[in-house]
Amino acid sequence: MKLYEMTLAELQALLAKGEVTAREVTEAFVRRVEEVEGAIHALVTFTPELALSQAEEIDRRRRAGEPLSPLAGLPAVIKDNIVTQGIRTTCSSRILENFVPPYDATVVEKLKKAGLVLLGKANLDEFAMGSSVENSAFFKTLNPWDLSRVPGGSSGGSAAAMAAGEAAYTLGSDTGGSVRQPAALCGVVGMKPTYGRVSRYGLVAFASSLDQIGPITRDVRDNALVLGAIAGHDPRDSTAAPLEVPDYTTFLDGDIRGLRIGLPREYLAAGIEAPVRQAVEEAIRLLSDLGAEVEECSLPHTEYALSAYYIIAPAEASSNLARYDGVRYGLRVAGDDLISTYGQTRRQGFGAEVKRRVMLGTYALSSGYYDAYYLKAQKVRTLIRQDFDRALARYDVLLTPTTPTTAFKVGEKVDDPLTMYMSDVCTVPINLAGVPALSIPGGFHQGLPIGIQFIGRPFAEGLLYRVAYAFEQSTAFHKQRPPL
Amino acid sequence: MEYETVIGLEVHVELKTRSKVFCSCSTTFGAEPNTQVCPVCLGLPGVLPVLNEKAVEYAIKAALALNCQIAEYSKFDRKNYFYPDMPKNYQISQYDLPLATGGYVEIEVNGEKKRIRIKRLHLEEDTGKLLHSADVAAAESSLVDFNRAGVPLIEIVSEPDIRSPEEAKLYLTKLKSIIEYTGVSDVKMQEGSLRCDANVSIRPRGSSEFGTRTEIKNMNSFRAVQRGLEYEVERQKKVVEAGGKVVQETRHWDENRGITVPLRSKEEAHDYRYFPEPDLVPLVISRERVEEIRSQLPELPDARKARLMASYNLPAYDAEVLTSSKALGDFFDATVALFPEAKTVSNWMMSELMKYLNANNLEIQEIPLTPKDLADLLKLIDQGTISGKIAKTVFEEMCATGEPPEKIVREKGLIQITDEGAIAQVVAEVIAANPQSVADYRAGKEKALTFLVGQVMKATRGKANPEAVNRILREKLRS
Repeated sequence: MKLYEMTLAELQALLAKGEVTAREVTEAFVRRVEEVEGAIHALVTFTPELALSQAEEIDRRRRAGEPLSPLAGLPAVIKDNIVTQGIRTTCSSRILENFVPPYDATVVEKLKKAGLVLLGKANLDEFAMGSSVENSAFFKTLNPWDLSRVPGGSSGGSAAAMAAGEAAYTLGSDTGGSVRQPAALCGVVGMKPTYGRVSRYGLVAFASSLDQIGPITRDVRDNALVLGAIAGHDPRDSTAAPLEVPDYTTFLDGDIRGLRIGLPREYLAAGIEAPVRQAVEEAIRLLSDLGAEVEECSLPHTEYALSAYYIIAPAEASSNLARYDGVRYGLRVAGDDLISTYGQTRRQGFGAEVKRRVMLGTYALSSGYYDAYYLKAQKVRTLIRQDFDRALARYDVLLTPTTPTTAFKVGEKVDDPLTMYMSDVCTVPINLAGVPALSIPGGFHQGLPIGIQFIGRPFAEGLLYRVAYAFEQSTAFHKQRPPL
Repeated sequence: MEYETVIGLEVHVELKTRSKVFCSCSTTFGAEPNTQVCPVCLGLPGVLPVLNEKAVEYAIKAALALNCQIAEYSKFDRKNYFYPDMPKNYQISQYDLPLATGGYVEIEVNGEKKRIRIKRLHLEEDTGKLLHSADVAAAESSLVDFNRAGVPLIEIVSEPDIRSPEEAKLYLTKLKSIIEYTGVSDVKMQEGSLRCDANVSIRPRGSSEFGTRTEIKNMNSFRAVQRGLEYEVERQKKVVEAGGKVVQETRHWDENRGITVPLRSKEEAHDYRYFPEPDLVPLVISRERVEEIRSQLPELPDARKARLMASYNLPAYDAEVLTSSKALGDFFDATVALFPEAKTVSNWMMSELMKYLNANNLEIQEIPLTPKDLADLLKLIDQGTISGKIAKTVFEEMCATGEPPEKIVREKGLIQITDEGAIAQVVAEVIAANPQSVADYRAGKEKALTFLVGQVMKATRGKANPEAVNRILREKLRS
């Protein structure tokens, strides 16, 4: 097996035994990027020299006998809406095309302490708004399983990089499904943690009450390792929970006997493609065989989630993106006066989908409409949250498809925003409720990956890893690699 | 037609916490531009605000001093608008659930006490500062300094209870004094730590409905506030008397021309699209915390004034001057503790001390004079060691150098001459040297005596006891 095909845990074992150096591992991934990047275009910025020098430093410290974290020396790719000091962070937008941050996101600081080797910054839908990376201002990223199809979004660059073996692990961000949906379409594991589990300091804000950073990895164990490294309280984020971070790998014991799994019927309604439905049904059978009790349940307000999301998220985004005005940093297109400078800068700097959402959000917050839209959507959100609380009081986890379809073709939905929004129907309610959810490979159809989603109680990521691991170890989906 | 003036004031006060309200940058006034900034207060991509607990404490303190109710639950909201001094193009403020409501300030108008009610007090962040290369309209370019962006402000909104520009000035003066006493702000209009905007309208006397109001901005001193309001009231009266209607708009006070000019019309009024700030958790304030902060409040101006009048039998005017700043009142109390003749202390502070401070544009806490020094000086006068006149010179030296009075008196040889023999000697010399004045006095001219006294004082370089000089001269001249 090639080094770039291995999991974190496998690579870590080799490093610990001294069978391979971090530099050698990094070189393998650098070569892999050079081999496949021309086909998938997952990276906005590729930093091989930096990665190699960081790897060498880890090797030096290992030789000196210093204690090292399990992630040390293993190359990572980080979504380009997570700020990295001294390294261009663009959010795949023209308005930040040359923005070099003077500071690191908290998750980057934590990973640096754990021995980060940064291989590059991954492409995304501009400002994380989209489900296919077709909204990137720079270029499209393609699905390694089928280069005529999208990798999903907005963390499509991270998911594609992971699937193609361009990194040992990646980070994405998830506001309405942006980690889980691309993970599903690319056949990898993606976790959206509980809101507040991971610090948002340094994550360029899209929708402040919905955003979370999450790992996209080869398998469940790897995901547990990475989450453990990035989670935790941060005094710089007032919404980060002051709760201890458990060692998530201790949940990987494969025992799910007696686990109560709920199947919200609203998630298997019309619109879910037959192969996806089938994968979920087979998952139910397998989980039952492993000793879990699977039962249908209901989350009655599910049908309102997408609408509520597409009011709340754009509203918050319209405010969060107001700072991109050409005054302090980023693109400036000077006009004759202040207003025209604002106007030209944002007109040229933002893409169509971003503009669409800024306008939607501004409208939803405006005088005379706030009550009918934003306030109402937040009330609906409470009902959705209560649905989850009730269901998760009866069941330990919930099981749903991650997406209604497998990867769609490039260009298929990009001209119809509403159809594109429907890709998120299984993922969006989770962000509104703030609960954690994990997407893992659940099957294939005509060579395209299918993802299944486990949803848990707040801060119960460990339990999600437990059930996902048990499922994963009884299947071989996670062992397959794209024919790239 | 008689008109009644209706005024409400919106006052912004900068809190003097060491760091900004949502980040740990310094708030020190006067630093080089853009040296007290960080990613958070610059609104860089990815940053988040974290609330400064001290700012909340200071805001509560000010609110309690203004007799407000402190909300058990309040929250922050985003006020969205675009302007180059706004790093995020939204200001984190408080909208519908402010920190405090329902307070008042008491003023005295024509001998009568009147309460100006305070509608609300809330916490928010300040913007940066713009420097234009010319006046706003004509400038080719502007520079932005973000040192001030993120400094904590409290906004204090009064009810429209104020009925004249004079009352507005009294309200502002009292408000400033109260807040200065709490120690949460320097409240200096000239430094921008106290800012005032006004809402002004008129209505026929006796009417209970409010007229259309205008908002007046850019009044940057107490005098400007009074002049601006006086102008605007007259302007509105003229409009109405000419048969027109007052337009609801924001007007800018032009200090140089002494007029208000329209700035923003109703059509361009901002829709701030307020919504709850998702990056901050709601503010929950326990009643215990409120009482703890209340217990830390010092004696406030009105209470101190009443105490001074009652304990020391001081007239209202004296008490008013002495309590105009907390430091001045503290100084008075400390001096009286060492020299119990309160009226004497009061006279000295109100005359000589205020004269020195005003002449040098200083506050009492900025000079090295101590209460002990003043008390000692007054004792020296009391004992007759120096004359009152000499004491004034000594006092000025004390204010400038901080040296104790005994030292100054000794070094400058200013001890009063009380020795009758010595005085008699000088008197004799002066009489001999001024025969015409002597003759004039004996002829009945009192003025000649004053001249002769002056000559004796001159000869003794002011040190002779004036009472003794007078007596001895008269004696000698009689004979």
